[in-house]
Amino acid sequence: MSPNLAHDLASIVGPRHVREARAERMTYSMDGLPTHRRVPDLVVLPGSREELIAVVRLLAAHGVPFVPRGAGSGLSGGALSDEGSALLVLTRLNRILRIDRDNGLAVVEPGVVNAKLGAAAKPQGLQYAPDPSSQSACTIGGNVAENAGGPHCLKYGVTVNHILALEVLLADGSLVGLGSPGGEPWGPDLVGLFVGSEGNFGIATRITVRLTSLPRAVRTLLADFNGLRTAGEAVSAIIAAGIVPAALEMMDQSCICAVEDSVYAAGYPRDAAAVLLAELDGRNEDAVVAEAEAVAELLRKSGARSVRTAANELERERLWQGRKKAFGAMGRLSRDLVVQDAVVPRSALPQVLETISAIAKHYGLVVSNVFHAGDGNLHPNISFDATDPALKKKVEAASAEIMETCIAAGGTITGEHGVGLDKLRYMPLIFDAESLGAMHAVRKVFDPDERVNPGKVVPVHACREWASVGNAKVEMRNDNGKFNSAFRISNSALETVP
Amino acid sequence: MTILERVTALLGEGAVLEAGTDRVPRIAPGSPDAVALLLGTAHQEGWRVRIEGAGTWLQSDAPADLALTTRRLDRIPAIEPPDLTATAEAGIGLDQLRQQLADRGAWLAIDPPGLAGRTLGSVVSTATAGPLRHGFGPIKDHLLGVTFVTGDGRMVQSGGRVMKNVAGYDLTRLQAGGFGAFGVIVLVHLRLRTLPRADVTYLLEGAREDLTQVGEDIAAAGLTPAALELVSPALARRERWVLSVRLAGSPVQVAADEAGLDAASGGGRFAPLRAEEAHAFWMRLAEGFAVRPVTFRIGGVPSASDELLDLLQHQLGDEWISASPAAGAIRWTGDASIDRLQRLRRTLAGLEVPLTLERAPWPVRGAVGHFGAYREGVGPLVAGLRRTFDPGGALVVATEGS
Repeated sequence: MSPNLAHDLASIVGPRHVREARAERMTYSMDGLPTHRRVPDLVVLPGSREELIAVVRLLAAHGVPFVPRGAGSGLSGGALSDEGSALLVLTRLNRILRIDRDNGLAVVEPGVVNAKLGAAAKPQGLQYAPDPSSQSACTIGGNVAENAGGPHCLKYGVTVNHILALEVLLADGSLVGLGSPGGEPWGPDLVGLFVGSEGNFGIATRITVRLTSLPRAVRTLLADFNGLRTAGEAVSAIIAAGIVPAALEMMDQSCICAVEDSVYAAGYPRDAAAVLLAELDGRNEDAVVAEAEAVAELLRKSGARSVRTAANELERERLWQGRKKAFGAMGRLSRDLVVQDAVVPRSALPQVLETISAIAKHYGLVVSNVFHAGDGNLHPNISFDATDPALKKKVEAASAEIMETCIAAGGTITGEHGVGLDKLRYMPLIFDAESLGAMHAVRKVFDPDERVNPGKVVPVHACREWASVGNAKVEMRNDNGKFNSAFRISNSALETVP
Repeated sequence: MTILERVTALLGEGAVLEAGTDRVPRIAPGSPDAVALLLGTAHQEGWRVRIEGAGTWLQSDAPADLALTTRRLDRIPAIEPPDLTATAEAGIGLDQLRQQLADRGAWLAIDPPGLAGRTLGSVVSTATAGPLRHGFGPIKDHLLGVTFVTGDGRMVQSGGRVMKNVAGYDLTRLQAGGFGAFGVIVLVHLRLRTLPRADVTYLLEGAREDLTQVGEDIAAAGLTPAALELVSPALARRERWVLSVRLAGSPVQVAADEAGLDAASGGGRFAPLRAEEAHAFWMRLAEGFAVRPVTFRIGGVPSASDELLDLLQHQLGDEWISASPAAGAIRWTGDASIDRLQRLRRTLAGLEVPLTLERAPWPVRGAVGHFGAYREGVGPLVAGLRRTFDPGGALVVATEGS
């Protein structure tokens, strides 16, 4: 990095907002995942869209890679910056530019905190539905980059379902306008392509989000079970009945006890192997009550020991606080926590949960489960001490086995936390070289020099080259079900393979 | 060796169908691998390929060396009612898919325009949602993943079979509404719902302005119907505009919404349709958009719906229109010249409203393009993506027009 670069950046954002001292840079060396640490060469905190554009253009002129970062609450190592890269922290771009009640939308800067947008929309009778557990800290820009989810995404959809339009700053400093306030794209759905690209395509500088009406009636149920498998079967029963709760969350005993031992104690029964938190909401009180009763009945039939309904808003908030602060509460168990993230078909939950327990037992690790059961989105959390190298290896091995279990069940390696650095190694387990090559090629359309958040999401070594047609051997069945000769497609001609 | 002879040698005689009126050879590969082989060869040989489904939606008239139809890709490898997911090949007709899902108690909550036998791949690649978009979102929200074959014969998987998935970039969203410009969709993983136990339709006839107000009142009352569609008299085959409301879900939910509808509209104004009447009404609406030569959609903010309907009436006439005012989506069909469509697209672009040309004879869509009036910087990205997924330009798709 040029020695003058910091000086030139300071002339754009002010000297206070360029961090060069190692102690300051260390602050940004991790995100929410304790297994990865990278110290950035330089940290820049632009204070406005204009400053951000000027910073990115300056970095482009110098050919310097950079990593966009929001609150740093991510769980994949996605917002870490290597040596030779600048870290652009966007938390100062935190203005809600407009809330349009009539059309149910808001325009925000990327550094707006998720919960603050929700609070601003509430007086208008509206909500921003995606509600990650970190919503009191995480930013909308980060949510867009990761396609963040949350408990209530079961009914309302994840981030991508709530983004209408984006102004995006590309790595070369140019601006592009994707999507429209009505949600119809200008051509292909580039908003949908951008959301979840983990910062690899550029920085969303202005984000138009969809706001939905606040529900008028809500019922929250807590059911407790003697077994994880039984609780998993209850989830399947509710989904198969065609009921779509607003949220359907599960916690196992280890997690329950961690919460109950903490300041977030919610009154969960400590002796339960698992609890399910189910929420029904809608416009009509009678309909919501009827659905809640139907869910309660399904829970009982599926083996719930008891089902209780939150008597009032205070109790509802208490039940939810326990769930949303569960990750924090698990800090009591050990000094470090790996929050894993995988998705399985909902019907596979009972079996997969049992296998995860067996993996934990095999490695002698404490694995606590708190997750979005209605979506099949698991979060097995492994408590450990990262200063113990042997234990760290065990955690990595157990994590890999958990991922393999989920993939074998027909699932995927991440439902909402992203690939980042942490899951690069698993990408070839779910995508072949051709599909990874396609992703790499798409990234290069947005960022030909691969300067934005380099080294994340796509394991380049595992990609098939996309410069020309490779050698693909394809076996063909003819109409009689017999195999034709196989053909090899080469760059020059079609040749029959004997 | 002619193209037809080459293709016959590659895929067998069974893959060669009768050519259309323009005598372009029509090839129906029997598997995704066969699609890859055909497109890989086309790329090598410089053949120009147009993509077809059942041939009931987009006109089969693009100039090409051969037509690739997905109609033999008509298997449904998986329906999983406990998980509410299914996997279907792109050439399956929606009518067949619906029936097989219904037999298992499952429902794909989309009702795209076109004839009943329109293929799943056609619906996905053109992202043509119908009135159910109001309650269940656009086509892309029903997709968990797709497999597609690029213009140079590469098979690419995107997404998966589970409810949430952020592993890698979401190429499924690029394919949904890409009109085949970025490849041929061969396999689709779908998100399902259970068949609604109650499903009723109500109609209200009246002046457009009055019905718009009623629609706003329904939205203000917090009702969330499965469909809330404003239909022009000609399309509805009624004397006046029609506001159609579809309520679908559990009997308790639907009963509550019926009461809410009654209250929001001033009591007793909506007329219920019998089940067979409702089916015929929605079917007629869908089929109406496949009859006339040009169909397009526009998408604005909900508060602009009235203004946009006025604009369409002024510039093109309003005989065949269906609008979902609360979703800001409007579909128009009729006859329109290249010049008028281009002028309309420019006017709408000034209002931040994209116009997507869904179907038109080749001379029109070739000139106007499915897309156009891109926002700042979008054109180069679209061009770059096209080059990535179809480096030799084998796929004949009128993305931006001439």
